[in-house]
Amino acid sequence: MNFPEAIKVSTRALYKNKMRSVLTGLGVIIGIAAVVALVSIGQGVSKKIENQISSLGSNLLMVLPGSTSMGGIHGGFGSVITLMPSDANAIASQVPDALYVSAGVRWIGQTVYQNQNWATTIMGVGSSFPMIRDWPIAEGNFFDKEDVDAAANVCAIGQVVQEQLFGGIDPIGKIIKIKNLPFRVVAVMAPKGTAGFGQDQDDTILAPYTTIQKKILGIDYLNFIFVKAISSSSVDAAQNEIEALLRQRHNIKTGSDDDFTIRNVADMLSAIMNITSLLTIFLGSIASISLIVGGIGIMNIMLVSVTERTREIGIRMAVGAKRKDILLQFLLEAVTLSTIGGIIGIILGSVLSLTAASFIKIPISINVLPVAIAFFFSFAVGVFFGLYPATKASKLNPIEALRYE
Amino acid sequence: MSQGTAQESNGIVAKVVALKKTYFLDHVAVPALKEVNLEISKGSFVSITGASGSGKTTFMNILGCLDKPTEGQYLLEGTDVSSLSPDRLAGIRNERIGFIFQNFNLLARTSAMENVELPLVYSGVSRHERQEKSLGLLEMMGLKGFEQHFPQQLSGGQQQRVAIARALVNDPGIILADEPTGNLDSRTSYEIMAILKRLNEDMGVTIILVTHEHDIAEYAQRIITFKDGLVVSDTVKETP
Repeated sequence: MNFPEAIKVSTRALYKNKMRSVLTGLGVIIGIAAVVALVSIGQGVSKKIENQISSLGSNLLMVLPGSTSMGGIHGGFGSVITLMPSDANAIASQVPDALYVSAGVRWIGQTVYQNQNWATTIMGVGSSFPMIRDWPIAEGNFFDKEDVDAAANVCAIGQVVQEQLFGGIDPIGKIIKIKNLPFRVVAVMAPKGTAGFGQDQDDTILAPYTTIQKKILGIDYLNFIFVKAISSSSVDAAQNEIEALLRQRHNIKTGSDDDFTIRNVADMLSAIMNITSLLTIFLGSIASISLIVGGIGIMNIMLVSVTERTREIGIRMAVGAKRKDILLQFLLEAVTLSTIGGIIGIILGSVLSLTAASFIKIPISINVLPVAIAFFFSFAVGVFFGLYPATKASKLNPIEALRYE
Repeated sequence: MSQGTAQESNGIVAKVVALKKTYFLDHVAVPALKEVNLEISKGSFVSITGASGSGKTTFMNILGCLDKPTEGQYLLEGTDVSSLSPDRLAGIRNERIGFIFQNFNLLARTSAMENVELPLVYSGVSRHERQEKSLGLLEMMGLKGFEQHFPQQLSGGQQQRVAIARALVNDPGIILADEPTGNLDSRTSYEIMAILKRLNEDMGVTIILVTHEHDIAEYAQRIITFKDGLVVSDTVKETP
């Protein structure tokens, strides 16, 4: 029997048992839909996290005071006084792989414009901060080095702050009050979105760190230093150089722990990507269990079908069907069932993940590769779970099969 | 109707020599055929009779290449088929043997025409040729207009005529009819036997009939009787 003939026989047998075929196919449909939906949602979530972390800035190093563990005690970042403005200056002048360096302090407090007020994060930073964070300026001009050196009362505001304090009014040149001190708004930052840690980066005010240190916080130390490396290939070198420099400056003996921590955004990104891709694999594996259950359903029904159609097999054998003809007929039935189920499952899974994406706001694209893999898997499920019943059918003794009631 | 081959000597279509078949039930040997020697000539009409357990069904299965002998030789149209693989036997059944069964054995929910075409599907004949041939045979069986009927929509006699058409579709060397009238009333039985007789006389088809009914066996020119796995009588009727 040739192949098209075999396909015709198999599809007709499935058509004759419509209800049974639909129910059996449902197992594969659900399995494939679950795999496609969970894998693409998983990929969408990791894409979103990746985007958020990259929004921190490329080739970025963050130097924070305190060690991840100092003598076994975890100190909160910024809770220790180890970073000084002179450290930032030293990095800027002595680390060849550092392109931009910005010292930084942080304060959370109330800001007021006329009768509007808004609680937000005030970041004291250097003039190169927008370059370090790859953060364009929407309007106005960011404060310069002179403003920083002079501890000028100027600030740049994020989109959220602009909306909350100014509404529709143009904020450039307006005076806002931070802790009762007047600050002139010189720039509005472009929207940046949420960073990887859930904080809205647009809900912030940027001012010279000198101003915040002296006039608001009354401190001389720093909460962080941001460093942008020259290129992605020099990030690690910059990290090592900064570490060596700060150890020397802080007189840390060989063998003692650092009193600062350097965070590498690329490293964080790859660590998180590892976790999210593991998560995607995990979700996919759980979904594959339902695919296996679907496959077992196919095997079960095919075994029933072979038993029910023993007489038919006997007749076919008597008039000249060879073992491979019978094998092919039943195998094709299983494969047709599973691949049609697979195609429907892919469509269903794609619809599900697109719907889910619009609800949880993650970027989802249905890629060719997962779809192709899902299709291949549904085919493989048909072959794997159809082979045993088909082999069983092909090994029937024609005399006994013909006599079967 | 059967195609002659070089090995086909003296018009013998089937020849068995010292044929033995032994079944093993729980390691106990049960002889079904003890020693059978027979020659069936081309174009003959042979009845095989005997009580149940006489070995006639076993003999029939071996003649039909559905089963293999334990010992001995079976030459079908000059070819020794006693030790062929199941797939080779399937090929021989497909091309050289036509079966007619007691319970018709048509595929359910499959049209009369497709039932007739079935052997040709396995011998790889084109769709067009298959249809042409099966239409012709159904017409010959008086079933014109019933081509698209399913077996369950046909009477017993009509179903058996579809089965005869299917048996003829590959121009077989022999037709094996296993109790072809066992499920039919007597009037229909005679109709079916008349068809078989006509096929034998007009078209020269070799027919081997297995039956336990005497009046049915009488349609044949030669009656072979089995008892306890042996041929106990082999009579050829005087040609009128």
